[in-house]
Amino acid sequence: MWVYEKKLQYPVKVGKCDPRMARYLIEQYGGADGELSAALRYLNQRYTIPGKVIGLLNDIGTEEFAHLEMIATMVYKLTKDATPEMMEAAGLAPHYVNHDNALYYENAGGVPWTATYIAAKGDPIADLYEDIAAEEKARATYQWLIDMTDDVDIQDSLKFLRQREIIHSLRFREAVEILKADREQKKMY
Amino acid sequence: MAERQDRDPRNDEQEANEREQMPVRGSEAYRAELYEIQKVDFALVELTLYLDTHPGDIQAVQQFNQLAQRRRQLVYPFEMRYGPMLQFGLSFTRYPWQWNDEPWPWQV
Amino acid sequence: MLDNQLREWRPYVSPLDPCPPILIKTYVVPPNQYIHYQPMNLPQFTLDEAIRKGTLWPALYSPYMSRRKAKGG
Repeated sequence: MWVYEKKLQYPVKVGKCDPRMARYLIEQYGGADGELSAALRYLNQRYTIPGKVIGLLNDIGTEEFAHLEMIATMVYKLTKDATPEMMEAAGLAPHYVNHDNALYYENAGGVPWTATYIAAKGDPIADLYEDIAAEEKARATYQWLIDMTDDVDIQDSLKFLRQREIIHSLRFREAVEILKADREQKKMY
Repeated sequence: MAERQDRDPRNDEQEANEREQMPVRGSEAYRAELYEIQKVDFALVELTLYLDTHPGDIQAVQQFNQLAQRRRQLVYPFEMRYGPMLQFGLSFTRYPWQWNDEPWPWQV
Repeated sequence: MLDNQLREWRPYVSPLDPCPPILIKTYVVPPNQYIHYQPMNLPQFTLDEAIRKGTLWPALYSPYMSRRKAKGG
């Protein structure tokens, strides 16, 4: 089971009222390489991955939920007090007519989240390479998001999240090495 | 893009409470104390992922256990002041039930 | 540190390109690409620095500067 902790992993500060940025940030909430996809991808793969790397998938998947909450916090703060006029000016009218100011698992283009964003091939090497690619794509998305805002507070949180993708990518590549080494060890004994 | 609204009367109340040294969730003191916990917790997350792929690193295991100990020392007084951080019995509660107390992390 | 992680390349410029050409494009190669398996006992950031950088280890740190101005935004 999971236990909720009443704190963010990293403090999120939003420096200015800018609903436009919320529209872009939602990509990391409900987009293909977003945090929801990441969490569900790893926590689903862990059931069928070899035992030596279950712990890693479990822990990275759990950390992704903390990142999802950070992104949600940014979107929430950016749209909390936005009027219908402000939402419309930010290009969020189509979102507004469907959801008011509620958050929704969709990408920056308004396409709802779908399970086709996450892969589970059942082959541990294929799955781990999927995960490595997902982390590098998420890193790139954070770069383009940083490019889309001049709010230094949001940039600060996004830089933290970008760095986490780099660490996760390394850990997944180490997991591949662990699975490769298993076979070499067998040969040696 | 409008700048943030000036003052909310609730903030005045919050500052008044801070002057009287009452612990207030969401206050500057709350955020500063929470950040001390977040720092240690972050190192623990980082070491957790590292140890998942380096289970034989004894120095990292020692550092992990030291930080886990330090975390407990920081969280106990924080929870006494601001209420429970964990749910389902992993934190204690005062009467009345404190879990519902705002702000939630995304509201701070 | 950032400069070490940036790579440059020159896209082909056609006289028929409609927009003013960007002569040099860049991309980031983060340090994780050069670490096969993290060695034990790497030097660490202080806990203060670690959370701000997003990692405990300087060897894994990758800064990123907004390209907003470079992109003409």
